[in-house]
Amino acid sequence: METKIGCYICTGCGIGEALKVQSLEKIATKEQKIPVVKNHPFLCGDEGVALIRKDMESEGVNALVIVGCSHRVKSESFRLGTALMDRVDIRDKCLWVLDVPEGDKTAAEDRQMMAEDYVRLGCVKVKKMNDPKPFEATTPFSKDVLVVGAGIAGLTAALEVARTGYKVLLVEKEETLGGKVANMHKVSPARPPYNKLEDNPLPKLLAEVKGNSNIRIMNSTVVQKTVGAPGLFDVTLKNGSSTAQERVGSIIIATGYTAYDPNKLEKHLGYGSSPDVITSLEFEEMAKAGKIVRKSDGKPAKRVAFSLCAGQRDSSHLSYCSGACCVYSLKQALYVIENQPDASAYLIYQEVRTPGQMEDFYRKVQNEGGIFIKGDVKQVAANTTGLTLDVDDKLLRQNIKMDVDLLVLATGMETTVDTVDPNSASPVGTQVEELPGSVLNLHYRQGPGLPSLNGPFPDSHFICFPYETRRTGIYVAGPARRPMGIAATRTDAAGAALKAIQVVESVARGAAVHPRAGDLSYPSFREEGCTQCKRCTEECPFGAINEDAKGNPLFNPTRCRRCGTCMGACPQKIISFANYSVDMIGSMLKEVEIPEADEEKPRILVFACENDAIPALDMVGRSRTNPLSPYIRIIPLRCMGSMNLVWIADAMSKGYDGILLMGCRHGTDYQCHNVRGSALAEIRLSKVSETLTRLQLEADRVKMVEVNIMDAETLPQVINNFVAEIKELDPNPYKEF
Amino acid sequence: MADGQAAGQTILVVGGGISGLTTAVEAAEVGYNVLLVEKSPHFGGRVTQHNKYFPKLCSPTCGLEINYQRIKNNPRIRLMTLAEVEEISGSAGAYTARIRQSPRFVSQKCTACGECAKACQTEVANPYNFGLNKVKAIRHDHFMAFPSHYYMDPDFARTDEAKKLATICPVGAIEPDMQAVVIEEKVGSVVWATGWKPYDAEKIMPYGFGRFANVTTNMRFERMADRFGPTGGQIIRPSDGKEAKNIAFIQCAGSRDHNYLPFCSRICCLASMKQATYVRNAYPDAQVTIYYIDLRALDRYESFQKMVEGDQGVRWIKSKPARIDEDPKTGNPIVVGENTLTGVRYEEPYDLVVLATGMEPNSATSARVPMPDAHYDEYGFVVSAGGLFASGCSSQPNDVSGSVQSSTASALRAIQTVVHAKG
Repeated sequence: METKIGCYICTGCGIGEALKVQSLEKIATKEQKIPVVKNHPFLCGDEGVALIRKDMESEGVNALVIVGCSHRVKSESFRLGTALMDRVDIRDKCLWVLDVPEGDKTAAEDRQMMAEDYVRLGCVKVKKMNDPKPFEATTPFSKDVLVVGAGIAGLTAALEVARTGYKVLLVEKEETLGGKVANMHKVSPARPPYNKLEDNPLPKLLAEVKGNSNIRIMNSTVVQKTVGAPGLFDVTLKNGSSTAQERVGSIIIATGYTAYDPNKLEKHLGYGSSPDVITSLEFEEMAKAGKIVRKSDGKPAKRVAFSLCAGQRDSSHLSYCSGACCVYSLKQALYVIENQPDASAYLIYQEVRTPGQMEDFYRKVQNEGGIFIKGDVKQVAANTTGLTLDVDDKLLRQNIKMDVDLLVLATGMETTVDTVDPNSASPVGTQVEELPGSVLNLHYRQGPGLPSLNGPFPDSHFICFPYETRRTGIYVAGPARRPMGIAATRTDAAGAALKAIQVVESVARGAAVHPRAGDLSYPSFREEGCTQCKRCTEECPFGAINEDAKGNPLFNPTRCRRCGTCMGACPQKIISFANYSVDMIGSMLKEVEIPEADEEKPRILVFACENDAIPALDMVGRSRTNPLSPYIRIIPLRCMGSMNLVWIADAMSKGYDGILLMGCRHGTDYQCHNVRGSALAEIRLSKVSETLTRLQLEADRVKMVEVNIMDAETLPQVINNFVAEIKELDPNPYKEF
Repeated sequence: MADGQAAGQTILVVGGGISGLTTAVEAAEVGYNVLLVEKSPHFGGRVTQHNKYFPKLCSPTCGLEINYQRIKNNPRIRLMTLAEVEEISGSAGAYTARIRQSPRFVSQKCTACGECAKACQTEVANPYNFGLNKVKAIRHDHFMAFPSHYYMDPDFARTDEAKKLATICPVGAIEPDMQAVVIEEKVGSVVWATGWKPYDAEKIMPYGFGRFANVTTNMRFERMADRFGPTGGQIIRPSDGKEAKNIAFIQCAGSRDHNYLPFCSRICCLASMKQATYVRNAYPDAQVTIYYIDLRALDRYESFQKMVEGDQGVRWIKSKPARIDEDPKTGNPIVVGENTLTGVRYEEPYDLVVLATGMEPNSATSARVPMPDAHYDEYGFVVSAGGLFASGCSSQPNDVSGSVQSSTASALRAIQTVVHAKG
């Protein structure tokens, strides 16, 4: 279908008074050859919207350049059923950020020039847009969910998925299901009143899982390898010597945790020196068997000490806290003392961490006579009457000796997920048929595991979006994701189940998932132009692109999050999206009018990340306190990762005097929505000086800054200082050409 | 399977903070219809009042903005602000909710141009900043407010000035005569995400909040640290506006205490550690003291605690202070108690004392679930049952990550109820 563009200019909110609207219309009509150009005093109102709708119905307008305010406001008014649309912001980021004193003709002229340039940018952008067609694969998409691991997390996730009406394949490497919880005697309270031990939920859960016809269970089975992408995962499962291939839509990893190896602990904690020094899990098995005894001689254990944080919060062992051990140890203390007046439980702690209503459970153990000692176990000696502990009691401020029957060490949790250091260069996938220790053995260009953020946790935005990993369609639930207890694990598994269902539904629609949820565009490339440089396959923050034997990229659109990092990485400029391309941005920046050098009106191109920098700029406009230089021209980018260096060369050749790039914070505490986008842009830019030298231009003309979404107060200074620095330089000599 | 849903298959989400927003977008992106109801004029809830999140020290606006974009792109989500659910009848899969929407006095026509606020002469104590500054009677709460439409205080709407403002609005969006609207909606399931409010510090008599100007609370301090907050981000003494450089944080102020809030609110230790970084960044010569019972930086937050512990300018005293006095000459609060680790009594003056007060679930007071068989625990947290699911801080004290976790789970369970009702 032929594209027919309509350009609609709002003259409300002071636009009509401040700007020569006729000139804007003339640019759209004469210069940009837009067939339908109209203005309206209140475009977002019913009448204004009706005007656009009428043209769409009767004039065949199917692509829109809406000139007025920021796309972040009035979005409900301009939801007009076409994807071919640009909101050209001449209010928030033009009128409202410029200081134009009454009667100042130069300032008014500068403002007019800015608005006219933005109209040009919008028209070119829409001209360069194609309607994205949802991705369809050559084989059918699966909506089934693979759950790896049938402990409490996996069983819960499987049941939650199945209850929502989807098929589940539940894979467990052991012969029996249930994982660590199978060995639990009781569990700590998950519902009010929070002071009673609850029965092990596993038997009921197992019965429900086994009775659900949507769930297929494969025990004694491991994932040998995983090939494909969301909707199209082909998983090879190995049971003994036989293998089978299954097609699934998404994957939940629920492989749980490994208890920290107590043999690695310091000798003074006594593990290995006496059979009466045991771990929490060993104690739990004893309780489940109904006999809390000294392992050394089988006599009843009436005096039990619990050493919390054994090998945790400790840089020599696990630097983090496992979150659940305090509550877990309280539970075990109750096994010892509840209704047993002659028994004692000593809890030797650094901090008692019982958040929320678990405080009630802590009080319960206090009321039952649990003895809490803030301190550390310094020495353990075994003798004929049991163990003697040397404890440094920090509240009594002295060393005390305690005779106990058992010492239980609360060791921490380590994830079972194989992770990849995100800051290392992307490893070339060593694709092997089988990789022991790898949960999925992903046959991905960037390796078989899941990238981690900071430490061993396989996630990407753990505050706001804790389920997001950097491998689309693969979610991690329970202590495999982050240390947690049973109650939190069950909630976590339900959340992961939602994400697993959401991705298969999105894939079926051809739509992206977080953060560009619903986006139908995806990258395509012109194969004959590829030089096999592998930058796209290495740099994709989500490992979406594989490689063929020659080094050509193999795109997996359903793994793609549409950030455009591949497009930014490509030196051949052959990767593009239907509605976002190197050519689009390149054409836009060339459309800006660059004044002659002697006019002394420099032009500064600002590439702004639309996730954080653009809202921050809107906020500068709304606050209307710190004006910006009228010489800037802002072009929003999907993510700084999509910034292609050719734009820098193009802009310099065109005659821009400087280029400012505004991306998100990167590094350990990155804020980039696409994890690596802004970091990669910075790396790319470090090579820009070559380009500038070749053009015989100063390296200072291009600068990248980190912009936080709340930087509205400091942003004007950052921008205006850069403009001032550029003004110190001679005008770009390429203006003359 | 999600297509062609009848009205009764809509999921009602009550509360538009981080929890409710999460439930709404996560359910809608699976393909279900959501009605998201928020009591205040804007979405975002409690987290918008936070300057930064621990442990990344990043702005809450960043994650909210992603969610707002997701909402704007998703026609399955219907939004209502200034709306409260008055009654829910029926049963799981077939509820009827009666919703009252209070007048905003500014219609959808509003373009957020700000001309009305510029012209408005009447100023009121700013509830968004706990009354710490004045604000126009017609406004939006902050620059990132979503939706961006302005609103007017009901008392002001009755004034002549409001009528005059209506005439200056360029698009005629101001309607001082706007009336409340009551609607009934058929919904399949209900997610309760009404969040929390800071515990009333005045109830903790020995700490003198309300009597001593330089005793404040963690939430007020959070507003003070915000560059767009009541002091423009200056950390100062409320009594005299002087720089506050010697600051004490008192953990568990009213929390873990049967006289006040018996439970632990989970976030306050980390919040104070975070606020300690605000102080230390603002004034390199500042001294921060944290009085604590237990430091609860659970699981991966441990590294944040270690980071703050590495700062020599932060002192840690294991103690629950007995009381706070005030030096009448200087206005300095004096913290009195005994150091649990040394046994030594202390009486220490500070420029400012921040009480780390806990979370009180709104469902305990102002946001009860208007359903006959709704269950609560003894503190007023909602217990999920039938087609009602508690999310975020309506279910237990949670940090943001935990709220998102529980809200994503609630989205799934709400969908299940709808699926089963459909049969």
